[in-house]
Amino acid sequence: MSSSFLPLSEEMFQARSVSVDLNNDASLLIDIPDALCERDKVKFTVHTKTTLGTFQKPEFSVSRQHEDFIWLHDTLVETEEYAGLIIPPAPPKPDFESPREKMHKLGEGEASMTKEEYAKMKQELEAEYLAVFKKTVQVHEIFLQRLSSHPVFSKDRNFQIFLEYDQDLSVRRKNAKEMFGGFFKNMVKTADEVLISGTKEVDEFFDQEKTFLLDYFSKIKDATSKAEKMTRSHKNVADDYIHVSATLNSLSAEDSTPLKHLEKLADLFEKLRKVEGRVASDQELKLTELLRYYMRDIQAAKDLLYRRARALADYENANKALDKARLKSKDVAQAQQHQQQCLQKFDTLSESGKKELTSFKGRRVLAFRKNLIEMAELEIKHAKSNMALLQGCVELLKSN
Amino acid sequence: MAASSERSPPPFPEGDEQEPEAEPEDGDSDEGEDIFIGNTKPVEIKPSAMAREPRSEVTAKGQGDIISDPLGELFPNVVEEPSGALVSEPPTDIFSEEESVVTDSKANIDPSTISKANGVHSDEEQDLFSEATVELSLDSPRNERKKIENTRPPVAAPTVSVPPSTSKVASKTLEELEEEEEEDKFELNISITNPEKVGDGMNAYMAYQLSTQTTLPMFRSKSFTVRRRFSDFLGLYEKLSEKHSQNGYIVPPPPEKSILGMTKVKVGKEDSSSAEFVERRRAALERYLQRVVSHPSLLQDPDVREFLERDELPRAVSTQTLSGAGFLKMINRATDAVSKMTIKMNESDIWFEEKLQEVELEEQQLRKLHIVVDTLVSHRKELSVNTGVFAKSVAMLGSSEDNTALSRALSQLAEVEDKMEQLHQDQANNDFFVFAELLADYIRLLGAVRGCFDQRMKAWQRWQDAQTMLQRKRENEAKLLWANKPEKLQQAKDEIAEWESKVTQYDTDFERISATVRKEVLRFEKEKTRDFKKQIIKYLESLQHSQQQLIKYWEAFLPEAKAIA
Repeated sequence: MSSSFLPLSEEMFQARSVSVDLNNDASLLIDIPDALCERDKVKFTVHTKTTLGTFQKPEFSVSRQHEDFIWLHDTLVETEEYAGLIIPPAPPKPDFESPREKMHKLGEGEASMTKEEYAKMKQELEAEYLAVFKKTVQVHEIFLQRLSSHPVFSKDRNFQIFLEYDQDLSVRRKNAKEMFGGFFKNMVKTADEVLISGTKEVDEFFDQEKTFLLDYFSKIKDATSKAEKMTRSHKNVADDYIHVSATLNSLSAEDSTPLKHLEKLADLFEKLRKVEGRVASDQELKLTELLRYYMRDIQAAKDLLYRRARALADYENANKALDKARLKSKDVAQAQQHQQQCLQKFDTLSESGKKELTSFKGRRVLAFRKNLIEMAELEIKHAKSNMALLQGCVELLKSN
Repeated sequence: MAASSERSPPPFPEGDEQEPEAEPEDGDSDEGEDIFIGNTKPVEIKPSAMAREPRSEVTAKGQGDIISDPLGELFPNVVEEPSGALVSEPPTDIFSEEESVVTDSKANIDPSTISKANGVHSDEEQDLFSEATVELSLDSPRNERKKIENTRPPVAAPTVSVPPSTSKVASKTLEELEEEEEEDKFELNISITNPEKVGDGMNAYMAYQLSTQTTLPMFRSKSFTVRRRFSDFLGLYEKLSEKHSQNGYIVPPPPEKSILGMTKVKVGKEDSSSAEFVERRRAALERYLQRVVSHPSLLQDPDVREFLERDELPRAVSTQTLSGAGFLKMINRATDAVSKMTIKMNESDIWFEEKLQEVELEEQQLRKLHIVVDTLVSHRKELSVNTGVFAKSVAMLGSSEDNTALSRALSQLAEVEDKMEQLHQDQANNDFFVFAELLADYIRLLGAVRGCFDQRMKAWQRWQDAQTMLQRKRENEAKLLWANKPEKLQQAKDEIAEWESKVTQYDTDFERISATVRKEVLRFEKEKTRDFKKQIIKYLESLQHSQQQLIKYWEAFLPEAKAIA
């Protein structure tokens, strides 16, 4: 796939909201109307419409790569003021590995299939490719929309640069210090995971949240991987229907004796596999993707807890330092000031953290509700189509 | 399904009762004459006697066992005549009314017809077959068969001298015949149930309960049960194959042996795979036997009857793979294969060549389809397993969810996915037992069909060889005449006579086998079409059922999801 134009569609709107309540504020509307796939790189067209005076123009578009999104995310993470906020999880890297591998295997097995069969398999794979593509666009778009609909993030300077700067951002990105800093931070973080579990929590709210999030995260991570396996199997079954249909077709074509009804059966399987394919992909989108997204979101919430825990640790250290200073009667004022700063930081963090976590809960429940309802409705819809197809074929066969 | 109907439907409503009674007599060598006794009963059927003729004509073509060998069984005292009898009026009439349904009208032969037939010699029988090769060429039988099945027009063929009223009656009775065919399905029902392990260790085996329900008088009672083991079925096949395949009959092949499968059972592994193996075998044995009993000629075979009825069967040791008999079989099969390669037949009837090609092609395609369906089965099983695993994971997630409504919805979701696991498993079983096994059965059956054609080739070869030998003997005689050795001349003349008769015999055999093969193949194709259609409908209906269940489950879940707050 060298390049493809991806138009905005109703489906995209529907498919878009794994998260909810986004892009409602007319003062800053962001979307990704199309994207280009050049070899391995995906180039997103980020389109902004705004009434805010902070921007130079009311409407504009820029081209961004995945790495630019990561840069934006990292700068937000490293911004001290945002320590008390849940930073929307960074969109995962576009992964075309799976369809690419399958395309490769298909090429190898081409000789063993009929032309029609090969064409259908190729069609399926191209659809899969497109689905991966759509999903990655969606996930990048949601990231930006989370930022634009957040009262604090929407005002972030780097965010504005991201939206507006009409040149390549790679210069900014390649700031080695920032990169190294980020890496270091990650290392420290893992060590501090232990810190979270180890710190004694006084505040009941945060204590509950900590327990809940730690437990929930491992469960949702497990559920995500199991869901992935399940939807993959489903896809396999749908693909098998293609082969059944193709083989039935060759059987009925070459068989002059009255196994003519095999032709109808081949037709049926072809139609069935389209439905099954949709079932698999809808399941993927509504269920697997939902779990995947919230797994990342919960990780982001955990990060918030970690930052608060670190602030608490800093405060406790500052306390100890103050005590020591008082003991030594040296630099007391300085130590006191530091201690006050830490306390203040911790309090602000706790306060905003509490707000964030509460709204996160609500957001999560709403998103689950929406997606589970949609999935159930789609399952029913597809099953009904399947039934109609089967009914039609059975009647046809019986009447002959 | 092999529980088909071409067994021996009574042709006429009135004739219903007569038919079964006549049959045992047919099969019993002592009571050959009873055929005629039996026929005196339906004097009241006289009005339709005329109609019966076309019927018998129809069946003559459609019923191999009447025209060929089992004649010996049916009318032992009436050598070769019945075929002529069945021909009744001009032999061509048979072919004017194409076979659509089979009847065992042997018993329903009008006494008057038979008396006429009594004068018929084997010559007429031979004419029958020459007519056969003419009329049954290429498309005509099939087309006309279709015609009859679809539109039931009054049968009219160029050579027919059957009065129009008869043909109308004939068409009508064709329908009745079809109905009676349906009823006839219940003349003999067999089922194989209750697999039980007998014994322990490596000598253990599975014994199956074989139950028969029948109204056929040739059996001692109306319903009876015996116990059989797998090797018994193989033994039955060996016997039937030995007797009938060389005459061009398609003897249904038994299910395959499976050392791995049986070892698991013997060793006592009580897991789902060995249970599945036993069920698979049970179903395959049932289908095998149903095919055997639905073959009109094979049903008449005393070995089949014994198999169904006799309490204790002698152990069929020759079916063991590693026995002396087993090795012998392997060697024979190898020799056969080699000789088959060297036979180049001058095909006088292109029907056989084309048909064989069709059969081979179809077998290939079915093999491909079978592989594909097998893949589907394993993928669906995988889906089932993964769904179950996912269900448990969602249940865990639900239990750690702190929002009560969402927690409940998630555990409901887990329940739905649990049910889906079972649904997928059931569907995979359906894929396998209804679809894949159907294909496997027919792959084996097509192999048997090919075997038929091989037998015909062998018969041809035998005939050719005899002709060559005859030629040599004649040359020998000529040489002796020239060399003037009168003592040896007589011997040469004897030998010539011997080989002349052999040539005639083998020629007859070849024609007979050709006709049988042809009939068998046509019958087989009909059965196959019916079988496939039935099984495919069954398969699709089960897919439908799955989807219905699916809808139920998700519709039950929907309000739970909507209740999340």
